Amino acid sequence: MAAVSEVRVETATARTLVLDVPGWPGHDAGQHVDVRLTAPDGYTAVRSYSIASVVAEHGAPTVGPGASTITDGDRIEITVEPVVDGEVSSYLAGVAAAGDELEVRGPIGGWFAWRPAQTEPVQLIGGGSGVVPLMAMVRARTAAASSAPFRLLYSTRRPQSVIYRSELERRAADGLPFTLVYTRSAPPGWARPPGRIDAALLAATTFAPDEAPTCYVCGPTPFVEAVADQLLAAGHDPGRVRTERFGGQS
Amino acid sequence: MGIVTPGFTGRRRDSSTDLPPGQYLTRDFPVLSAGPTPKVALDKWEFTITNETGDVHRWDWAALHALPTRQVTVDLHCVTRWSKLSTTWEGVALDDLFEGIETAADYASVLSYGGYTTNLPLEDLLDGQAWIAYTYEGDDLAPEHGGPARLLVPHLYLWKSAKWVRGITLTLQDQPGFWESLGYHNYGDPWREQRYWGD
Repeated sequence: MAAVSEVRVETATARTLVLDVPGWPGHDAGQHVDVRLTAPDGYTAVRSYSIASVVAEHGAPTVGPGASTITDGDRIEITVEPVVDGEVSSYLAGVAAAGDELEVRGPIGGWFAWRPAQTEPVQLIGGGSGVVPLMAMVRARTAAASSAPFRLLYSTRRPQSVIYRSELERRAADGLPFTLVYTRSAPPGWARPPGRIDAALLAATTFAPDEAPTCYVCGPTPFVEAVADQLLAAGHDPGRVRTERFGGQS
Repeated sequence: MGIVTPGFTGRRRDSSTDLPPGQYLTRDFPVLSAGPTPKVALDKWEFTITNETGDVHRWDWAALHALPTRQVTVDLHCVTRWSKLSTTWEGVALDDLFEGIETAADYASVLSYGGYTTNLPLEDLLDGQAWIAYTYEGDDLAPEHGGPARLLVPHLYLWKSAKWVRGITLTLQDQPGFWESLGYHNYGDPWREQRYWGD
């Protein structure tokens, strides 16, 4: 049982829902929740969404970059990009409003997760709304005052589709190595012409294989397949490449 | 019935179809894997069955294809809630592979190229319930769907149908596999909606 306490506009289509979930047990960055919607006649639909927020722990900063995304114990945030014909995503990103009740189960998934005990370099590579669990990891690193080196490579279609833009720019200014890639159209004067992530870009912007990063790759299936293949071709250990794919689902 | 979500009506797809609880129909074939897709060369490929005393039976690609080819049409149910109906596969029945295997074990640990593991009772692999599949809808099985060969155990959630399968080890004790150690149900019967620990 959860209640929507706030809806934030992220882009023209994506929304962040702040959910009050009494008794929430806490979670690791990268985990997801199952959201269940029930129609008046009893029809239900359930889909999984990555959690974008981190839960405050003792000693976590309450001011500074991302402080607003460090939620108190019973509150989580999900960011939803509607998919074509998606009955749940289109409701959450288009209809849901503060005060609405829905059902939430979680946290779920323990593999595509980052925990503060990890000290190795972390390479985050996201495509589209695949940035959501990666954002949670960046926020968790700050919340835990971790000194693990992080880098983020974020591929999206066009300037208007960048989720978390202001926070990412702020974090980049604060020292997070952050590279934005546009695949369809780029702003005037953008150095790299629109196009997908390729080997040259990976070599120029991400941790090298000999730095032994753990790589987290999240996005639509073709994106993840292509990026993971390139990471292996570059010499990354397959055991250090964790993936989360979406697509074909609505 | 759960709490009603204001303004939600849903799309009602194919409500006449009998699906396991909590599943919806898809016509796509989504891909879900925890890591990169391994590329396995056929001349290096092998499949083994190891019994509880350590005896190993081995098949290379040619030996696998020398066994009778079975064609099956089955429904797939993924724990992420999609179901895909009437998918057609060709491969080898586990019953044929287990012919001549001596064992008193009750459990099977399945290992894949790339390191993935899953576990299930041995009896769920026998009696026409499981195959090593190498074609899908008439074509060679694509790497992202588990090619060159994957386990197919369609009566359990699809994570049990290990992609890129390379062997089965028989054990006297049940040994939770990859997802089974990360919060997912140890058995995974879609009709009893055994998704997660505690279901």
